[in-house]
Parts: sequence; structure tokens; C-alpha cells
Amino acid sequence: MSGDINLTLKVWRQAGPKAKGKLESYKVVANEHMSFLEMLDVLNEQLISEKQEPITFEHDCREGICGSCSMVINGQPHGPQTGTTACQLHMRHYKDGETIVVEPFRATAFPVLKDLSVDRSAFDRVIQAGGYVSVNTGQAVDGNSIPIEKDLSLKAFDSATCIGCGACVAACPNGSAMLFTSAKVSHLGLLPQGKVEGVSRVKGMVAQMDKEGFGMCSNIGACEAECPKEISIDNIARMNREYTGAMLGSE
Amino acid sequence: MKLNSNIPEAGSLEEKWTKYKSKMNLVAPNNKRRIDVIVVGTGLAGASAAATMGELGYNVKCFSFHDSPRRAHSIAAQGGINAAKNYQNDGDSVYRLFYDTIKGGDYRSREANVHRLAEVSVDIIDQCVAQGVPFAREYGGLLENRSFGGVQVSRTFYARGQTGQQLLIGAYQALSRQISTGQVEMYNRHEMLDLVKIDGKARGIVTRNLISGKIESHAAHCVVLATGGYGNVFYLSTNAMGCNVSAGWRAVRRGALMANPCYTQIHPTCIPVSGEYQSKLTLMSESLRNDGRVWVPKKVEDAQAIQQGKKTGLDIPEEDRDYYLERRYPAFGNLVPRDVASRAAKVACDEGKGVSPTGLAVYLDFTDAAIRYGKAKAHSMNLGSSADYKKLGQEVIAAKYGNLFQMYEKISGENPYEFPMKIFPAVHYTMGGIWVDYNLQTNVPGLFCLGEANFSDHGANRLGASALMQGLADGYFVIPYTIGTFLSDEIRTPQFSTDLPEFAAAEKAVKERLSMLINIKGDQSVESFHRRLGKIMWEYCGMSRSAEGLTKGRDLIRELRAEFYKDVFIPGSVDEYNTELEKAARVADFLELGEVMMVDALDRNESCGGHFREEFRSPEGEAMRDDENYTYVAAWEWADDGNHVLHKEELEFKNVELKTRSYK
Repeated sequence: MSGDINLTLKVWRQAGPKAKGKLESYKVVANEHMSFLEMLDVLNEQLISEKQEPITFEHDCREGICGSCSMVINGQPHGPQTGTTACQLHMRHYKDGETIVVEPFRATAFPVLKDLSVDRSAFDRVIQAGGYVSVNTGQAVDGNSIPIEKDLSLKAFDSATCIGCGACVAACPNGSAMLFTSAKVSHLGLLPQGKVEGVSRVKGMVAQMDKEGFGMCSNIGACEAECPKEISIDNIARMNREYTGAMLGSE
Repeated sequence: MKLNSNIPEAGSLEEKWTKYKSKMNLVAPNNKRRIDVIVVGTGLAGASAAATMGELGYNVKCFSFHDSPRRAHSIAAQGGINAAKNYQNDGDSVYRLFYDTIKGGDYRSREANVHRLAEVSVDIIDQCVAQGVPFAREYGGLLENRSFGGVQVSRTFYARGQTGQQLLIGAYQALSRQISTGQVEMYNRHEMLDLVKIDGKARGIVTRNLISGKIESHAAHCVVLATGGYGNVFYLSTNAMGCNVSAGWRAVRRGALMANPCYTQIHPTCIPVSGEYQSKLTLMSESLRNDGRVWVPKKVEDAQAIQQGKKTGLDIPEEDRDYYLERRYPAFGNLVPRDVASRAAKVACDEGKGVSPTGLAVYLDFTDAAIRYGKAKAHSMNLGSSADYKKLGQEVIAAKYGNLFQMYEKISGENPYEFPMKIFPAVHYTMGGIWVDYNLQTNVPGLFCLGEANFSDHGANRLGASALMQGLADGYFVIPYTIGTFLSDEIRTPQFSTDLPEFAAAEKAVKERLSMLINIKGDQSVESFHRRLGKIMWEYCGMSRSAEGLTKGRDLIRELRAEFYKDVFIPGSVDEYNTELEKAARVADFLELGEVMMVDALDRNESCGGHFREEFRSPEGEAMRDDENYTYVAAWEWADDGNHVLHKEELEFKNVELKTRSYK
């Protein structure tokens, strides 16, 4: 078929959290119009037809918004395209005869569950530690009662676009979750509705982040480079200011 | 079985909800502490319901098959959420939103439910803003709106092309807050595989831990399903890969009714299918029809040249283009409702005027909008008439729809700023769902159903930006009250134990079913069966249906189902992380649902909304309803022998006159 390309895949296979994993080689014929995950579908169908176990990988919306996909492709979380999740990566960026190495996101706080699937529940617990506005249903005032400067609202939006995929953690040599956490702290902290709880939020979320075993930030910037939503590292600087302020202000 | 909609008698349409709310039985705070509620699903409806009921003091157990509540498919909604705020001063009102929704649904929904939806729509926006949802704003700092299909006002609130994501994150954060206080206990990676009834009432569920494979029982005073739509029965749809009907279908197998399953929405603006390997289709938000003009070449020769790659859309001069929506529906133009726009695209492609190699695509063109915006921008910047309007306008277009254009380019490999977009209809949403009454309670006492999973508010066709509205209305502002109508009689009921024989029996049945599936050990993959089912559904129960086709389609599904149980192959075992086993159980349920959809479509001898029967159309090709015989909700009871039983709920229209829906 026109547009077909022959590939060698080296995929991380690991039966369970405690099992020993290793890279396995597979041959697959992909088409340039396929997405990366559709290429994996083809490989999986091939494996199933040979009565072998397919590769477990997480995926859902395949539109780059749910944040499920979590694989490192040739050393880069979500692969080579900037601002692109693995599900939105298309095979037209690969050449016939290429070898592609596919591994799970790796970080102390993201243990491997099976093959390419990892446990990212630590992110949920960081949000539970303060990543919200404490407003019960029905308490809200009219939506237009607090005007918000358009630029400020856009800035908050940029931070709010985080999809919680964890690429920032996987990209960081220290396995730090600073970009993820700071994006939430900034999203809410920039808006008047979220500012009220700013102090307790930043303290709670940073403490939980440390507790989960995420590493320290050493300003490498790999998180920003690999973030599929191109969330800026400025968020980290902003959170650091907010955190310092919160700690100085406390008794 | 007599279906009682339980619409409150008291008051006029405008007063019903207010009066009902102020008189309904409540559960006192000290009693709420003793009552357990199970919520299945964490999309907009489930997350908002679990969070709000947690805030009220109920003990909530919430379940999701995802690794985190934030992954639910509501996240992918792009365009926006409607609310009758009338911030634009363009004549909007609660009544107008109500009327548009009833009309848009082709007069097949309940007046009282829809009016309530329109009433609470305004509170949703306030709640979301308070949670920190970054809706689009004007330079003055106030909320901005845009327009969607089937309406003549701007009432859609939006957050770029990521409205669903931002609203879901708001609900997820509210839920997270309740999880942190312990009021909600969250079970991620748990899939509901059965409903447990005790003395006829829903009292729990059986789940499978998707990591360990462990089958577990969970008991509560009542069960709330918010498990989304069943569009994936078509295999190719805009739904996420994991979307499925199983939670709802398991409830149907325990006696709940499936209402109007044939009402499926085919969305007109999706990226066309490119090949056999395709796993899903991607939507291009309806908001694009605010500025994009839909067209095909007037001459079949031009279309053929485009199909063969000899010409592009840019080579077709203005006079040879057919802006068929503007021509056929001048009053609404490119913003006709989805069902109308989809059928019109099909007609154009059936005439041989499609513009992709497969002939299954039409153009969505932004050139005129770019020039219009460019002129305005040049004027405001005092650039004079020498300015490059198109380029200036493209900047405005990029600010409005940038992420959608980017997504289009990533998938199609074509630059939509340069060439007109190619789009084609695809399955997107299901208006049908589990039958519920005004309280959102199913015919099984204690079992409630919210959001896309129920059938309640959209009739035969949903208007754009109304799914988010309904999901959040149900979860934030309806179920927290109406659940009290059931629970106020349960305050003396002690907590249930999962040691009861009903749970053991349900667990046993689940285990037997899974072990039966995995021991078939045939030769064909689950995926291959799902694809074949999808093709049958699209061919015989898709955009256009006929009695003959539906009869044939039903037979084909039954044959496919028999083959599935003989020849499916599921690798691995039941007591491990096994994605193929998960899929197999879901596809098995789709294979039953698909049959009921065919049966329902065959029963409905009329065309309405998303249900278009070839036998029932006007000479101009428009849908023809039969109000005399079909103004009812068709609620189906599953029967193993194939004689599924139809229960009718007659729809009464006391406030709106049934008219032929016209957008001309």
C-alpha cells in the first residue's frame, strides 16, 4: 500500500509492578497516515493473531486532551514533535527502516503497572492537597459580578491547559513535579476566585508533592520542552515566589 | 409496566421546579451522615454529582474505570456550554433556551425536564466561574459568548476550544476537595460489571479492579449512574476509545429500560476517515460554523477532479461553488442544527460532489471570515485599504480557533489556513439512554441516571453546547435535590453489608461471565468483532435508515453475536491487568445494544431529529414526523429470546405547539 513504512519497534515489556522488565523487538508495517497509537494497535492485533499478549498502554481520547497516553518514544516523553501528545503523533514523521524505542514514563513516583502503563495517582493526591477553590455548589455569585482582566484570564488559562499526563515528571532527571504543581497553583492563584486560599494551597500542594517522592527542581527546563501543552516554566518561578511568601508569612 | 414521568402537577411550566423543590422531602443533615450513595462515572455529571452530594454530607463512593477522575471523556468537549444569561442583550431568556431545545430535539423530549434544564443553566455558569474555570472574556473583563447551531442568539460560554476540559477540571477539583475531606471515597481503575438489587431496589454494584482483576462488591442505599453515551457501538466515532455502554447495559439486564436508543447524533464537522486502520474520528467543533462556510463544487466534474487530486478547492471559482446550507436554509445558514447539516452533507456526497479521494467530504472554508475580520482589524488599527485583510484576519481566526486548526493540521497533514478544511459527518453523541423520570430515577427504585447516559433532555437531536449544560445541570443542581425523594424514605434503613446473598450471587455471575469469555479461546480478536459491528451499525442504522435495512441489520448483528461467543480470542487471564478482557465484556454488551437500536429504529415509523427513515421524508428531502402516532418515548425492556418489550411514555405538549421544524 502506498505510504507503508517498515519499522522495528523495541518496546518495554513488564508483566507487573514487581516483575523484571526488558525491551522486546517487533517488526511492524505502518502507514504514514496512522497515528503512533494506531501503529501500536496494528502491532497488538498482530500479536493477538499469534496468540501472544498485546502491549498494554494507556490511551483514551486520542485527541491530545485526556492525558492518558504516557510513553517515552526514542527517549522523549510523547515523542519528537513539540506540543504533541503520543496519540497526536503521526507516522509521517518516521522513515522506512527506522527503529523506534518505546518505554513507559519513568519516575520514582510513577511505578510501572504493566508494560507502558504507569501509576500516576500521585498527581490526584497533589490536587487533593489544595488544588481547588473551596466553594460549595450553589454558593456562587453572578458570573459577571467580578470582572477579570482579559490578559490575566488568558494567563490563568495557559496554566490551566495542563492535561495531567506527567510528561514533565518523566522528562525531568530528578523526577520533579514542579511544572504540574505550579501550573495548578498559578491557574488558581492568578484568578480572584482562587487567590483567597493561595497560602494554604501552595503549602499543601508542595508538601504533598514532596511526600509522594517527586524530586527537587534544578532548573533544567526539560519539563517545559517536553510538555505537550507547552506550559511555561515561568509557572515554577511564580510558584516559588508564592511559596516563599507563604512560608515567610506563617508563624 | 406503566411508566410514570413524575412530572410535578403543581404550577405552570415556569413554576414547577421551584414549587417542587420547596415542597419535596429532604434528608436532614444528621441522617445524611448515615446514608451511602454510589456514583459510577466521573465525567461532568458524575464528578459534579459526587462532589455536591459529598458537600451535602452523604457518604459517597465514586467509581471510574480511568486511572484518574479527570480523564473522563467530557474532557474532550470543545465548543462550549449554553446558558440563558442574556449577557449579550440579544433577546435570550430561559423560555427561549427551553423552546430552542424542544424544537432542536424535534419535539421528542419532555417539556418540564427541558424547562428545568434551561432554568438551572444560569447557575452553572456562576458555579464554574467561582471554581476558577477560565471562560473567555471581553476586554472589559466580562464573560464572552458565541453562537451555536439551531439558535439565533449568542448564549454559548466557552474556554477556547477546550471548554469540556476546563469544566471537567472544575468538577474534578470540587470532587478532589471532597476526597481530601474523606466525604467521597474514590475508586479509580474500577469498572462496574453488575448492578445489585435487594428487594427490588438498587443497593450496590459489583466491580472489577482493573489492575488486579479482583471482583469486589460495594453496597449503598442507592446507585447513581453517570457513565456516558454509547456512540462507540459504531466503532468509529468521536468518543474516546474507552467509552462504553456496559454500566448502563448491566442495569438494563437487571430490569432498567433503554429509552430511544435509535436517537444518535451524527456530527457534521469531523475530520474524514482516512483508512481501514483508523481507530477513532476527531471532531472539529461546531463553533467553527460561526465563521466557516460549508460548500461543495456545483459541477460533478470539478468534484471528480478534486477527488483525483487534479484540482484543489482553491481552483474552483466562486460562481462554481455551492454553499448548499446557505442556499437551502437561508434563515440559519451554516448554523443549522447538526442533524440537518449532516444529512445535507450526505446528500451532496451522494450526488458525487464530495471533495476527498473517497468522495466523502465537504469543505468548511474560512476565507470570507478572515477577510471580514481583517477589514475590521485594519479599520481599528487605521491601516487603510492597502492592508492584507486575509493575513490580518487569519490572526483573528487563529486566536479564536487556533488549537482546532492545529489539531486539524496534525491529523490531516494539510494547512487549514491555506486550504479549506475537509469535513464529514461522524457519530458523536447519543440522545437515547436509560429511561428516567423527572427525578432522574430509573424504573428500578434507587437507581438514578445522569448526563449522556440517560435519555432525558435532548429528544431526537441535541443542540450544540447543550451536553455540557445537561451534564452539569444533572450533577450540580438536580440530583442533589431529587435523590432526596427516594432517600427520605430510607433514613431508617441501616447500611447494607456486602455479605448479603444478593452480592454473592452477583459476584458469582460476573466471575462466570468473565471466565466464559476468556475460555472461548477462538481465533478472532475483540477489536475485529467491534469493527464489524460498527460497520453494520453505520450501514443500516446510521445517517439514513430503512425498514428493509434495519431488518437485515438486526439479523447480521445476531449472527455476529453468535460468532463472537464461538470464536473470540482473549489472551491472558481474568485475574490480572487485561485490557483485552475489558474490551471483550464491553463489546459483548454493544452486540446486544446494537440489536435493540435496530429494533427501536424499525419501530419508529417516522423521521425525527437524528433518526432519519428513508420512507418518511418530504419531497424536498426533509424529515417527516408523525406526531399522531409517535409522540412517545420508546423504552425497551431486554428479553433474552429477542422479543424485547416496548413500554411507551406518551409525551404531552401543553406549552409548545408541535410544528414542522423549519430552519429555512
